Amino acid sequence: MADLITPDLVDLELTAADRHEATRRLAERLQAAGRVTDLDGFLGDVRAREAQMPTGIEGGIGIPHARSAHVTEPSLGFGRSPGGIDFGADDGPADLIFLIAAPEGGGAEHMNILASLARRLIHASFKEALRTAPDPDAVVNLVNKEVLGQ
Amino acid sequence: MRIVAVTSCPTGIAHTYMAAEALEQAAREKGHEIKVETQGAAGAEPLPAADVAAADAVVFAADVEVRNRERFAGKPLVQTSVKRAINDAAGVLAEVETAAERGAPAAGAPAGPVADAAPTLATKVDQQAGLGTRLRQWLMTGVSYMIPFVAAGGILIALAFLFGGPEVANKVDGGTFGGVEYPGVTDLSRLIVEAGWAGLLFKIGATAFALLVPILAGFIAYAMADRPGLVPGIVSGLLAVEIGAGFLGGLAGGLLAGAIVLAIKRVKVPRGVAGVMPVVVIPLVSTLVVGALMLVVIGQPIAALQEGLTNWLDGLSGTNAVVLGVLLGLMMAFDMGGPVNKVAYAFGLASLASGNLEIMAAVMAAGMTPPLGLALATVVRKQLFTPAERQAGEAAWLLGASFITEGAIPFAAGDPVRVIPSLMVGSAVTGALSMAFGATSRAPHGGIWVIGLVGRPLAYLVALLAGILVTAACVIVAKSVGRRAPAEAEPSAVPTGTAPAAG
Repeated sequence: MADLITPDLVDLELTAADRHEATRRLAERLQAAGRVTDLDGFLGDVRAREAQMPTGIEGGIGIPHARSAHVTEPSLGFGRSPGGIDFGADDGPADLIFLIAAPEGGGAEHMNILASLARRLIHASFKEALRTAPDPDAVVNLVNKEVLGQ
Repeated sequence: MRIVAVTSCPTGIAHTYMAAEALEQAAREKGHEIKVETQGAAGAEPLPAADVAAADAVVFAADVEVRNRERFAGKPLVQTSVKRAINDAAGVLAEVETAAERGAPAAGAPAGPVADAAPTLATKVDQQAGLGTRLRQWLMTGVSYMIPFVAAGGILIALAFLFGGPEVANKVDGGTFGGVEYPGVTDLSRLIVEAGWAGLLFKIGATAFALLVPILAGFIAYAMADRPGLVPGIVSGLLAVEIGAGFLGGLAGGLLAGAIVLAIKRVKVPRGVAGVMPVVVIPLVSTLVVGALMLVVIGQPIAALQEGLTNWLDGLSGTNAVVLGVLLGLMMAFDMGGPVNKVAYAFGLASLASGNLEIMAAVMAAGMTPPLGLALATVVRKQLFTPAERQAGEAAWLLGASFITEGAIPFAAGDPVRVIPSLMVGSAVTGALSMAFGATSRAPHGGIWVIGLVGRPLAYLVALLAGILVTAACVIVAKSVGRRAPAEAEPSAVPTGTAPAAG
């Protein structure tokens, strides 16, 4: 199984007018990496989830996500937005955006990886390390270390 | 405080787990114990029924309907959104503390017993109880799952004897009966041809019986350590059978397996390994350890013990017949199919082969009194027995009459300290009387159904009856001394009808 995240899925200077544009920017990276087959189809799935309830979490986090038939493997797109983007959290915009893409028929193994990723997002130390990561490689290493224990 | 929680969100890949993590973190900080069931895309591992039963309060952090919520009926409940649990887990736990104090029952969940809804195999082990109580609850859980095997297997074997005559056992398994040498059935497709329909009954019954000790051991370990206990428990039971350790060996194996799993669970492992712990590491390590212990630490001494006992019995051949009858009776009832019982039975067989028919009669009669005496006790003093034991008592009549001593195991395994000595006294009386009366038996098994092959049948029946009465009296006295009425104390013994949440 390929890595959950690679340096080309990381955008440390994410700027976008709103959360939909931010999601699209990250999804384009997934598409370029061959992890998303149909960009608009995938974005439609993410938007459908976002419409049920905004995915912003207090502490500057946005987690647009979906299980989608247009995803080939479990993937994480990461964006850091110095200016912040509103993801509907009560305490303001998000500066850490995680786009989680899960294949529709993903097996338990895939889902377990995403589950342990989600659990890490709660940890202040993990968020802090992401905020200060100097480059995309550092982000990738951090995720691999925290989520996969590698 | 003990808390159980369910987290659930629409997609089930992010918030479900974040909420779980947030609640766990907050609970740790506040010094609470929490178990979270994440009903997400990774599949939900249901909360162990024992944890639900022991919980002081329940949290639902869910944006979609919680599955199987009726498990939590009657518990104080706090319902909130996943997001709130993530953003303010400490606040949610503060509400939980208040709810637990008020004892508010779970809203929306039906009150009262919810037996049908119990999603997992039921054990109701009170984690806060003392070791003695828990030990008994562990044993009773194992017993409650074993009883159907005893009943089904035992009755099938008894029916096989009734319809096919006692020689059916030899037709199927080989051996000598009434001077005829049977080769046994090796090719099962010829079972009915060679042993008849009775042979079929016997084979099925014997197969169910073979599972008796593995199931006992497996579910003792299950009661202690939940699902991960099953594999090492069942394997230890199978090994107990193979090394001839009988049900006492299985009992020890089950307790050992449960303890080993609990010990392994305490080891803190890195997150990466944690995922494979329940599926690979715990079953592998616990089974290896308990298996090695059974084979090496328990197996060798048992073989030595049997050899020693056999030599000792052989040396006693010339002594007083009544004393020999007492000894054989004590041995037959000690472990019901275990190593000591087997030595006594083998001594009977050997005596039969050498023409001494009196020893065989004493051995068989002494092996019939334990189930019969217990069956009588369950009728005379119902309130001393759990509902499951009373059911086992009904089957025990037929099993005892058929010289299937194992019919007493459900009682002995659940309360060995009181039951086993009582059975031994009764069997000793029967063994002594049978020898004193000079009753004989030309049949090595078959129980009351081979009374035609018994010499001095009336005296033999008197010996039997005396042992049954003594057994029942001893059991009743022992069970009445120093303890509460089990009918209230152990409703947990029944596999059906326990409500994990109705604690």
